[in-house]
Amino acid sequence: MKITDFELYKDLLKSKSGLVLSQDKSYLLESRLNPVAKKWGYDSLDAMTMTMQGVPDPELITDIIEAMTTNETSFFRDSRPFDMFKDVVLAHVKQARPQKKIKIWCAAASSGQEPYTLAMLLKEAASDFPGWSFEIYATDISNEILNQAREAKYSQFEVQRGLPIQLLMKYFIQDGDKWQLNDEIRGMVKYDYFNLMEPMSKLGTYDIIFCRNVLIYFDEETKGKILGDMAGHIEKDGFLFLGGAETVLGITDAFKPVPGQRGLYAVEGSEHLEQKKETSAQALA
Amino acid sequence: MKSCLIVDDSRVVRKVARRIAEDLGFQCEEAEDGQKAYEACESTMPDAILLDWNMPIMSGIEFLEKLREMENGKGPKVIFCTTENDMNHIQRAIQAGADEYIMKPFDSEIIESKFIQIGLLEQSA
Repeated sequence: MKITDFELYKDLLKSKSGLVLSQDKSYLLESRLNPVAKKWGYDSLDAMTMTMQGVPDPELITDIIEAMTTNETSFFRDSRPFDMFKDVVLAHVKQARPQKKIKIWCAAASSGQEPYTLAMLLKEAASDFPGWSFEIYATDISNEILNQAREAKYSQFEVQRGLPIQLLMKYFIQDGDKWQLNDEIRGMVKYDYFNLMEPMSKLGTYDIIFCRNVLIYFDEETKGKILGDMAGHIEKDGFLFLGGAETVLGITDAFKPVPGQRGLYAVEGSEHLEQKKETSAQALA
Repeated sequence: MKSCLIVDDSRVVRKVARRIAEDLGFQCEEAEDGQKAYEACESTMPDAILLDWNMPIMSGIEFLEKLREMENGKGPKVIFCTTENDMNHIQRAIQAGADEYIMKPFDSEIIESKFIQIGLLEQSA
């Protein structure tokens, strides 16, 4: 691909989705956009790029953004965050929410594996939470992937990565060569389109936010803005989950890492950050 | 080093599974049917067993039932690894005492994730 063409897509993706495309990702551009060019009836990617230099159809732009935003995910991805979710986060909210309500936001839901993993975990923990209500709000920038998430049908490969067989037996229904989550689990998650670059004013306030493996695609300034906005939509004693390769250090002061819990963050000034200080002070005394 | 017994009547599948398990740090033995697997367990009980379902002489499910009745036979973690991919087979396997279930075809990622789930491997950082 010509460097000027690369720049065109790079600028488009940055302005429309915040996605930062480095030069070494030009192979990704070609492999992902060739199918889009084919879908739109262009003879080649170059032909589509010519159109992009004029006034392109907004739907074509949407397709390009969808094709470029990665959707790598799996049930119980990385497994540890879900242990922390059970052992640290649920343990805290259980004693801190007399109104017996927990609101969770999955900010990059992709094809649904993360919100459904949380739904299954909450279902498994139901006997510890009698009379509680759980709200899982799951958003993504790709409408196509959101439709997949709502349908909740997964291939044999997808249901074998990270998902214990007991949960497959309990919550999935076999449908030909696919496995579909049952209505009860699907009903626990509400999906919506949301672009993290947009103002978050339409969103509520959440106890727990999952925003894993999405900030890595943004530049520092955008990361800081998104995290700053999220701080306005999380309870003072809430928890934020980021991906293993992500951090708040040097990006925002709104969140701080929870000591001893890798990938887990709390709002600056939160009790989750103080507790550890007390214990370390005790240890020193 | 943890040990893994690979039970499958296909030499090719055993070879592929063996390479994956060895890469994950297991010391591997092979058996080509349930009877041979039973004999292997009589001599040394492994930590893990990757078990095919359909085999001549003794099937995987027969072997599993016999294994769980052996002295120390509840010790090994058993992962079925079979082309049988319907809910009835899965339920039957779990009832007979299997710890996990892999539907073929598998890859190294699936085997690794199952070993982690049953506690034989640590999640890598």
